[in-house]
Amino acid sequence: MTPTPLLTYTLRLADNALVLGHRLSEWTAHAPTLEEEIALANLALDLVGQARMLYDYAAKIEGKGRREDDFAFLRDDRAFLNVLLVEQPNGDFAATMVRQLFFAAYAQPFYAALAGSKDETLAAIGAKAEKEMAYHLRHAGEWVIRLGDGTEESHARAKAALDDLVIYIDELFEVDAGDRALIEAGIAVDPAKIRPAFDKALGEILDEATLALPKVSHAHRGGREGLHSEHLGPMLAEMQVLHRAHPGAEW
Amino acid sequence: MSEAAMPLYEVFIRPKAGLSHKHVGSLHAADDDMALNMARDVYTRRAEGVSIWVVQSKLIAASDPVDKDMLFEPTASKVYRHPTFYDIPEEVGHM
Amino acid sequence: MYAQALDQKDKAPSRIEDPVKLAAFEAHCAADDKIEPKDWMPEAYRRTLVRQVSQHAHSEVIGMQPEGNWVTRAPSLKRKAILISKIQDEAGHGLYLYSAAETLGVSREELNDQLLAGKAKYSSIFNYPTLTWADIGTIGWLVDGAAIMNQIPLCRTSFGPYSRAMIRICKEESFHQRQGYEAVMVLARGTPEQKAMAQDALNRWWWPCLMMFGPPDAVSEHSETSMRWRIKRFSNDALRQKFIDATVPQAHFLGLTIPDPDLRFNEASGHWEIGAIDWDEFKRVLAGEGPCNRQRMKVRRAAHENGAWVREAALAHAEKRARRKQAAALQAAE
Repeated sequence: MTPTPLLTYTLRLADNALVLGHRLSEWTAHAPTLEEEIALANLALDLVGQARMLYDYAAKIEGKGRREDDFAFLRDDRAFLNVLLVEQPNGDFAATMVRQLFFAAYAQPFYAALAGSKDETLAAIGAKAEKEMAYHLRHAGEWVIRLGDGTEESHARAKAALDDLVIYIDELFEVDAGDRALIEAGIAVDPAKIRPAFDKALGEILDEATLALPKVSHAHRGGREGLHSEHLGPMLAEMQVLHRAHPGAEW
Repeated sequence: MSEAAMPLYEVFIRPKAGLSHKHVGSLHAADDDMALNMARDVYTRRAEGVSIWVVQSKLIAASDPVDKDMLFEPTASKVYRHPTFYDIPEEVGHM
Repeated sequence: MYAQALDQKDKAPSRIEDPVKLAAFEAHCAADDKIEPKDWMPEAYRRTLVRQVSQHAHSEVIGMQPEGNWVTRAPSLKRKAILISKIQDEAGHGLYLYSAAETLGVSREELNDQLLAGKAKYSSIFNYPTLTWADIGTIGWLVDGAAIMNQIPLCRTSFGPYSRAMIRICKEESFHQRQGYEAVMVLARGTPEQKAMAQDALNRWWWPCLMMFGPPDAVSEHSETSMRWRIKRFSNDALRQKFIDATVPQAHFLGLTIPDPDLRFNEASGHWEIGAIDWDEFKRVLAGEGPCNRQRMKVRRAAHENGAWVREAALAHAEKRARRKQAAALQAAE
C-alpha cells in the first residue's frame, strides 16, 4: 500500500527536523566557544523535539502501531524523505551556520503558514515550531553577518559555504502531486507563497554580511523521494546502530 | 600567549512579569546582540525569564568593600526608619 | 572530586600576610560569612580558589567528551534529547564556574591556556572511555551522584561567586543523576544483553568513581587549611563513605553486583566497608596516563584551534560595527 499524501508530507517534515537536529548534535564538545556550545545544543533540541511530535503524528496517520523510534531508527536511507540540504555534513562553523540560515529562513515562514492549516495537529506543531525557527533564523543570520563581514578568512569560508550549499535551496520549495492535493485542501503550505519571505530574509542578511547568493546552474534534488547524497547513509548507520543491534529492546 | 578576549558581560533576568531584573551571572560575547542571544541560550534554558538585560562588566561602577563601614554602618542606628520602632496600641488595629 | 586540586601540593612560595587582616579574614570564615571578590583575602586563599574553581570548570568542559561520544548513537529520540540537554548543562556549568574564577582576576583565556598547556588538571574520571550505551546511564548515576555529594556542601563554600555558581549547578543537576539511574534501571530490567551491559558498566566505573573523591585523608595535603577557610567542608573519606552508603543499596535494588568481593555491611557502624582502592591507578591517571588523557586533550585543543577564526571574526565584526556607529554619530552631529 502506498502511503497517503498526508503521511508522506508529515514524514518529510519530521525527517528534515531529525536529520538537521542530528547534524547539529554532532557539534557536541567541538563548538568555537562555550556559549556557542550551549546555543547549538538548543537548536538541536528544538529540532529533535519537532521531529518527535511529527513522527508521533505520522504514527497516528499510519495507524499500524509504529512509534516515533520505529520511524527514526528502523528505516533505511532510501525511506528517509528529508531534503538534501539538511543531511550535508557540518563542515566548518560557516558551513553549519549557512545551512542553518537556509533552513531557518525557509522553515520560519513555512511553520508560520502551517499554523493556519486545516489539520489541527499540523497547525499546533506549526505554531510551536514557528517561534523556534524564528530564533534559529536570528541566531544563524547574526553569525553569517559576523562571518561575512568579519575577517578575510571568515568571509572566504562563508562564501565557500554559500557556493557549496546554494544548489540545495530550490528543493525546499518543491511540490509534488500529493502536496498539491493537500495544498488545495488547505492542509499543506504552498511553498510558492513563502518564497518571497525566504528571499527577503536571506537577501537582507547576505547584504549586511557583504555576501551574495551565487548563481545556481543546476539545483540538486531527490531527497524528498529518498534519493539522497552519499552523506545520509553513514549518518543513519551511526544513528541507528545501537537501536538496531537490540531488536525490540526498550531504552 | 592568550588570544584577544571577548568582553565579559553581566546578565540580568526578569524571572516573570512584575518582578525586577536580577543578576544571574556572566558570559563572554563579542557585542551586545551576541550577548543577548547567548544570555537567552545560557541562562533561560529552564524558562527562567521573560526579559533580559546585558551590560559589559567594565561599565559597572561598584562600591569598594573597604568603604563598607563608612557607607552602610551609619544607617544601622537609624531604627526610627522602621515601622517596628513605633508602639501602637493593639486596639487601634492593623496599621 | 571535580576539583582534585585541593589535594595537590601548593608549590608557590607562601606570602607573609598582614596578621591583623588575616585574623579578621579567618574570623569571617569561621562565622560562615561569605568572602566576595573585592574583599581582602590571603594570597593562598585566592590561589587555592582559582585552582579549585578552574579545575572544576575544566572538568565540566572535558566531561562533555565521554558523554558526547554517544550523542549520535543514542538508542531512542527521548534518550537523545536527554543526553543533549545534559551535556549542554555541563557546558553551562563550565561557563558559570569560569565566570566565578574570573572574579578573582584571571581571564577565561588564561584558564583555557593553562588547560591546553597541560598545566591545569581536571577530574580523573573523564579519562576513562565510554564503551557502551550503559556507560552513559552509569555516568549519570555514579559520576553525577559522586559529584552531587561533593557539590551540595560546596553550595555553602566561603567564596561567594563559587557558592552561588554551585547553587545554580546543584539545582540544574538534580535531573542528571535521576536520568542516569533510570536509564540503568531500564537496562537492568531489559533483555539479558542489556542487563549484562549495565553490569559491565558498573564493573568498569565503580572504582574510578570512588577515586573521584581524592586520596585518603591520611595522605591528603591542604585539607586542613581548606577546611578552616571553609573552601572545603567535608573530608575526602567522609564524602566517599557517604557515597558508598547511598549507592550500594541502589545497585542492589537494580539487581546489580558491586565489583568488590570484600564489600560488607558493618552492622555496628551502619556503614558499608569496601576493599582496597588501587591508588596507583589513580596516580597514573592524574599523571596523564589514563586510557583517554591524550585523546581528551587532543580533542579539546582541536576544538579550540578550529574555533579561533570564528572568535576572531566575531571580534573583528564587533569592532567594525562599533566604528560605523561612531562614524554615524559624528556625521549626525555635524
